Amino acid sequence: MRYLLRRLGFYLITAWAAITINFLIPRLMPGDPVDLMVARMNGQIDPDAIAAMKRAFGLTGGSLWSQYWTYLGNLAHGELGRSITMYPTEVSSVIGGALPWTLGLVGIATIISYVIGTGLGVVAAWRRGTWLDSILPATTFLQAVPYFWVALALVMVFGVTLSWLPVSGAYSLDVEPGFTGDFLGSMAYHAILPAITIVVASIADRVMGMRNVMVTTLGEDYVTMAEAKGLTSRRVMWAYAARNAILPNITSFTLSLGFVVGGSVLTEIVFSYPGIGSVLLKAVENEDFPLMQGIFLIISLAVLAANFLADLCYVALDPRTRQEA
Amino acid sequence: MPRSPKIIAGGVILVFFILLALVGPVLVDGDPTKTTDVGLAGPSAAHWLGTTQSGQDVLAQVVYGARVSLGVGLLSALIATVLSIVVGLIGGYAGGVVDEVLSLLTNIFLVLPALPLVIVLAGYLPSRGVTSVAAVIAVTGWAWGARVLRAQTLTLRGRDYVQAAKASGERAWRIIFAEILPVEFPVIATSFLATVLAAILAEAGLSFLGLANLSTVSWGTMLYFAQNNQALLVGAWWWFIPPGLCIALIGAGLGLLNFGIDEIANPRLRTVLPKRRKRFGAGR
Amino acid sequence: MDYLTGSGAVHAVDGVSLTLRRGEILGLAGESGSGKSTLANAVARLLRPPAVVTAGSVTYHRADGSATDLLRMGKQELRRFRWKELAVVFQSAMNSLNPVTTVGSQVDDVLRAHDRSMSTVERRDRAVELLRRVGISADRAKSYPHELSGGMRQRAAIAIALALNPEIIIMDEPTTALDVVVQRDILREIKALREEYGFAVVFITHDLSLLLSMADRIAVMYAGQLVEHGAARDVHDHPRHPYTLGLLRSFPKLRGPREELLGIPGTPPDLRDLPPGCPFHPRCRFAVDACSAEQPELTEVHSGQWAACLAHGPSYGPVPVELSAGGSR
Repeated sequence: MRYLLRRLGFYLITAWAAITINFLIPRLMPGDPVDLMVARMNGQIDPDAIAAMKRAFGLTGGSLWSQYWTYLGNLAHGELGRSITMYPTEVSSVIGGALPWTLGLVGIATIISYVIGTGLGVVAAWRRGTWLDSILPATTFLQAVPYFWVALALVMVFGVTLSWLPVSGAYSLDVEPGFTGDFLGSMAYHAILPAITIVVASIADRVMGMRNVMVTTLGEDYVTMAEAKGLTSRRVMWAYAARNAILPNITSFTLSLGFVVGGSVLTEIVFSYPGIGSVLLKAVENEDFPLMQGIFLIISLAVLAANFLADLCYVALDPRTRQEA
Repeated sequence: MPRSPKIIAGGVILVFFILLALVGPVLVDGDPTKTTDVGLAGPSAAHWLGTTQSGQDVLAQVVYGARVSLGVGLLSALIATVLSIVVGLIGGYAGGVVDEVLSLLTNIFLVLPALPLVIVLAGYLPSRGVTSVAAVIAVTGWAWGARVLRAQTLTLRGRDYVQAAKASGERAWRIIFAEILPVEFPVIATSFLATVLAAILAEAGLSFLGLANLSTVSWGTMLYFAQNNQALLVGAWWWFIPPGLCIALIGAGLGLLNFGIDEIANPRLRTVLPKRRKRFGAGR
Repeated sequence: MDYLTGSGAVHAVDGVSLTLRRGEILGLAGESGSGKSTLANAVARLLRPPAVVTAGSVTYHRADGSATDLLRMGKQELRRFRWKELAVVFQSAMNSLNPVTTVGSQVDDVLRAHDRSMSTVERRDRAVELLRRVGISADRAKSYPHELSGGMRQRAAIAIALALNPEIIIMDEPTTALDVVVQRDILREIKALREEYGFAVVFITHDLSLLLSMADRIAVMYAGQLVEHGAARDVHDHPRHPYTLGLLRSFPKLRGPREELLGIPGTPPDLRDLPPGCPFHPRCRFAVDACSAEQPELTEVHSGQWAACLAHGPSYGPVPVELSAGGSR
């Protein structure tokens, strides 16, 4: 439990750091963000919006210190300021509408990619020295493809050329949103291509990560001993080698989560998926700084939460972390 | 340097792209931004990789784009590597509170998702030139290198020759930069190569969102324009396939190079097996 | 057996021939890098690439008189043979026990893999019984390796080795990682268990003096070759090979007359670049010119005691007194 508490403490500090970075960026970057925006909009901006922005940035006068406390107070009430583009909608409600889509899509795709990729990595390590090694150069290529480029290619092939799968939106416009079979089916149908994109773009990291850890684990005495015990290959591979290799692999997986989320957000843009990515694009196009910052904060917190979930898995899998010392 | 096929393949790919960026513009005649009447034409003798919506030559764009993409990648990785050396070596060498604080900072930047932070930072940039974009990307790209270097420094700190230098009254900064830094060169090289790729990808992502200087041609801005001009719906694959392919190829080159270096450092990862069939191994 | 390296094959173990009799303890001694563990792993077919067995055989004679070559066994046959006939105790139980499962379940999976007729309850009882037999209480079956002390872990490893009542147990430096007191307890335990179960032991160690109280016979390896073997008492009292003598004299004796501590100068040779002739000659104080030209063969110097040293051959003058029956210890 001490392990978990220590991790929790670290995430709290990191969350505080993200919140503080978020506060400092507009104040440290050269130029006043509001003036910058007004200049870019050529004066076509609602005076109300300017006031809202000043408020959103906490640029309401006073010392930096008092601004910081006002900012923290607002945050504690879930207040992330108001969106400029969709003024006067709260940033939190704009994000709140988009977040479930992203969580669902990215969450499920990441789990699929992790399970398949890790499994392939185990097999690739076990059978090293066979033809499977020839996939290695291919994985270095896949590790480097931009997510959104994979999305473009898949849309081109399966959406446009073959017309097999829908290429935009999260569900078909002719079904009524609700908890119905039709709607859920349409949702799953629309999620296929974006999910495949995320899986394809992220799986090589999982395969290589697991393979490398696994190769090291295969050299451990307990694997040799398991083999000497006359256990079946399958049992040696999974219950001894993979079961141990998964632990460092979880750690490196959590560190890559931020990267996966970043790529997935860009993927959503290609598919016009109504998640965080599309909101982000809108925010960037309209220089909607409060919205951009809100998204940074939410994604950061979501990644921290995912990290903590991974830590829970780690503790469940490694008895050594449960030791009361 | 052992002759590993991976290192050779990776090296060839990288040299190709570096040459492409350096001398390509001389070989490919044509201005990448010059518009013509032949819009969205497929590959032909006149335009090997076809043309964009406004009739620009895709091949010329890819060649010129290499300069910006590689330039941002290298510059950004350079800044990030300097940062990671400073943080990693000082933290690892100093130990104590300094190390605690720097490690915490490193871990925070490791966990925080880089892209959203880069986006916010880039959003606030008054001008989005190559240098400022590279700097912004570097801010999020140094943590991994710092972590690896810190671990390495921690082990080196205990070595005899460092202890001897310490005992003879060498100044701390001299020990760090003259005694420890040179030994860590292979680690620095590996992390530099990985950071180059991360920076190229980040630049592409930023450009794709429209957060880069859209008047310069980079692989990222090519993808941005292809996406925004519905290249997909008209089937203009020649417009968006080449820039992404180039990024992935460079990534493969860097990956193979790092792979090769890793295999030299850690022989267990080596995959080459004896050709002899008579092998009484562990039964597999 | 060879290790294949970038610059060609390295003979890690070369031309070694040994017999292990039913129920005996055979000690295998030598410095690290002498090839004793490689030999044991080759016998158990646990070598991993780049190590390969290029030639040789391991003949196993069953009680019913039939014989098999381990090195020619098929995958399934080998799997059934393992642990049932030949079990292994590794040097460090910290590393050889699976850190993420309980010791009880590590006994359990051997039973499950080899005897499908046993029920879950039977297997659990058997695991507890085995652990109890080596001095681990029943409630410890649910412990993870990291929750046990070093000695307890090694006991658990021995319990696992006993699970199927094997004919042979290879023990690769089973006590090296332990402190002296625990080491003595474990050795006593091994001897007692041997009396009870009647298995044969190949006991590998770099500590020759430890073998004297343990082993029936001793074999000494140097640079991948067998340099001397014979009954434990003979090898101890009258070592016939200068290397054995050096090993024995490199530890001070606690009892008995004081004698010169000899030790062995220099370091073990690089297997990639063995000296010509006898591989030991650069470190040998009895070496003569012939030693760097001629490779000595194992010859029976005394009844049942074999040594590979030219000092016992015709080309050498009188046998040095230290290497003859006269040089007592």
